[in-house]
Amino acid sequence: MKHRIGVYVCHCGTNIASMVDVKAVAEYAATLPGVVLARDYKYMCSDPGQELIKDDIKSHKLDRIVVAACSPLLHEHTFRNATAQGGINPYFFQMVNIREHDAWVHTDRAAATEKAKELVRAAVHRVPFHKPLEKKEVRIRPEVLVVGGGIAGIHAALTLANAGKKVYLVEREPTIGGHMAKFDKTFPTLDCAACILTPKMSTVKTHPNITLWTYSDVIKVDGFVGNYKVTVRRNPRYVIEDLCVGCSECIAACVFKEGKFPDEFNLGLGKRKPIYLPFPQATPLVAVIDPDVCLQLKTGKCKKTCVEACGERKAIDFEQEPEIQEIEVGTIILATGFKIFDAKRIPYYGYGTYPGVYTSLEVERLVNASGPTGGELVLRNGQKPKSVAIVHCVGSRDENTNKYCSRVCCMYSLKLAHLVKERTGAEVYNFYIDMRTPGKSFEEFYSKVSGEGVHMIRGKVADVYLENPADKNGRLIVQAEDTLLNMIRKVPVDMVVLGVGLEAHADANDVRRMFNISCSNEGWFLERHPKLAPVNTFTDGIFLAGCCQGPKDIPDTVAQAGAAAAEAMALIDAGSIELEPNTAFVVEEECSGCKTCIPMCPYTAISRNEEKKIAVINEALCKGCGTCVAACPSGAIKQNLFDDEEVFEEINGVLSHV
Amino acid sequence: MSEPTTATQTSPATGSFEPRIVAFFCNWCTYTAADMAGVSRMKYAPNIRVIRLMCSGRLDPQFVMAAFAKGADGVLIGGCHPGDCHYVEGNYKALRRVTLLKRMLADLGIEEDRFRLEWISASEGDKVKHVVNDMVEKVRALGPLDLPGKHKDWDKEMEELEAHVNHSQKEIPAHVH
Repeated sequence: MKHRIGVYVCHCGTNIASMVDVKAVAEYAATLPGVVLARDYKYMCSDPGQELIKDDIKSHKLDRIVVAACSPLLHEHTFRNATAQGGINPYFFQMVNIREHDAWVHTDRAAATEKAKELVRAAVHRVPFHKPLEKKEVRIRPEVLVVGGGIAGIHAALTLANAGKKVYLVEREPTIGGHMAKFDKTFPTLDCAACILTPKMSTVKTHPNITLWTYSDVIKVDGFVGNYKVTVRRNPRYVIEDLCVGCSECIAACVFKEGKFPDEFNLGLGKRKPIYLPFPQATPLVAVIDPDVCLQLKTGKCKKTCVEACGERKAIDFEQEPEIQEIEVGTIILATGFKIFDAKRIPYYGYGTYPGVYTSLEVERLVNASGPTGGELVLRNGQKPKSVAIVHCVGSRDENTNKYCSRVCCMYSLKLAHLVKERTGAEVYNFYIDMRTPGKSFEEFYSKVSGEGVHMIRGKVADVYLENPADKNGRLIVQAEDTLLNMIRKVPVDMVVLGVGLEAHADANDVRRMFNISCSNEGWFLERHPKLAPVNTFTDGIFLAGCCQGPKDIPDTVAQAGAAAAEAMALIDAGSIELEPNTAFVVEEECSGCKTCIPMCPYTAISRNEEKKIAVINEALCKGCGTCVAACPSGAIKQNLFDDEEVFEEINGVLSHV
Repeated sequence: MSEPTTATQTSPATGSFEPRIVAFFCNWCTYTAADMAGVSRMKYAPNIRVIRLMCSGRLDPQFVMAAFAKGADGVLIGGCHPGDCHYVEGNYKALRRVTLLKRMLADLGIEEDRFRLEWISASEGDKVKHVVNDMVEKVRALGPLDLPGKHKDWDKEMEELEAHVNHSQKEIPAHVH
């Protein structure tokens, strides 16, 4: 059958037209066999551009459409719709990428134009072989899994739960709250982090639509959008969650009379017992036993005074085992957060060597009323600092550590400067490279802190060393080149605060593999599109919220968490999602029943019909990778949209010179 | 459909040999990486023509053979890093096929540098740039493959051989058959 192909070459403003001679490409396309019409147009994706396609299909009786424009990952959907609205099957369309793969990456106009012609030729060769296909739909289960119980996960879970959706919130620490629970005040408004966070935490705990599993890990994820099967391991806390009321009597009664072990919540600045509550507002308010230091769990020889104190409640259970839960959800929101940069990686800042050097997060705990010092800012030697240096960009904007800006450090360093000044009256020196305050009321906050008499020194700190090498607890000298005064400054201080940057979790790669999504080189989870799909991932039904996607502050995190919840709800309320109909199928009469394909399929979608002695593909399970198609020795398996003849024609097309 | 010609491509500017490389990129990692290279305005050699497959596991070795047979000077396969396949393990299947195919291509006298498999994740736009540029340079150094031209030579050789056999058969007495 003779086809009537329409070819459209997009200028994309000047994006394509400046490097590719779009008119020449269209003129060339018009000479190709089967092409009855070829046009170039300023913006094919605009309404008038799409109208061109629709009108031409009708007036020129086109039966195949080729659009040479941007990446199909961006606008294939748009043009398929236009094709369908013109009255022909939407899959009678082929897109040619002459922007991302051509105009934007080449510098020779003649070569780029030649390449565009060849790519168009390939599509013109291919498109006659396209078959009419039906869209594939899958149902979306209404349950949502939220991974990570920081402010991002909390906000996403609450948004969904308030909309009536069933949510599983899984957190690996014994309590939700994340990093935000550790902060004292938040910039730029200086509202108390606990005051705005803890009410949300308790709502999560009591919300009828939220199942909260703390101290738990997601260990397996199967399935696909709409129907994920997730396995969660609930780690033993040796205290039965339903029976514990959080009264702390067991902690008081522990055979260890004083806290002896580093308290994780206070970053080791305080001590805790083997049985402990992470912090007073921990949610759930349930004690945890650390099996590595509990005498009973380690040696089996303890007076078990905690059990005695718990008495009739019988909440303590030394025999607790990990519990495996299997759940089914339709969508997943990842809100796994970040870790702070390990300041020991920059040895010349002296963290871990000089007692007077702290990370910013440690100082958050020191100025916090529920912190290890009750909110009193004192050094490890018990004295109040009279002078404090705050070093910006530790582990950020540095070729040796992380090239990116962590976005929050300038602002939290200013906040800490304000808090330190307020609590101690010390002289405070902020050493910065550039003061980055791009946010609502951020620059005003900088002016306010400057006005409070905090010294701002523009210079990257080159060294931190002891004033008197014999006195390890003595004053420290912070050395930097002041780039405004053009001189080396050596400032003696009692305390150095390192404004550490944000990094992806060490296990970010394992997590993203489990959820089948991508990471940037730095380990941040990759969004589908940086501007137009910032909370989506390349895997349908999996969304991102908060710092797992990249460093951001609390307002941005909450906004993103809301967006992720909205995206999940959009799927749930639609009830179903359209999938690419690129599934594989067996041509019965061609199949020899050799079973080569069966082990190829990672989704066990292929089985053998023993009666007919042939392979059968379950379309509902097929994800359209095409591995079986390539493996079939008799060519009996075909894949919609990527069939052999379509690919072979594309190969012929790019290589044939007309 | 028009017949492919055997002409090798030359640069209009320099007249020097410009290799023609056909690439098969998986939708989820390498194709996206190439998109990212574009979005980041990285610059690389214009000799590559990308054909999108959903997964490197879809790569039928015949696609590679067809590309060489139709005049490609090089074939590049791009897939997700091991362990990262969007379809769990399609890239391992691709690796196996490529390994076997490489032996076959060597037997056919097709140099190793003309056929390459690379793992390029969605965020590695710069790797697309480096791999393409590196491959173009290596294939440029090898010169044209011109398999279609070689086919003609081989056909000619076969014809001569056939003619020779026919000729000698005439000299064999009939009773031998």
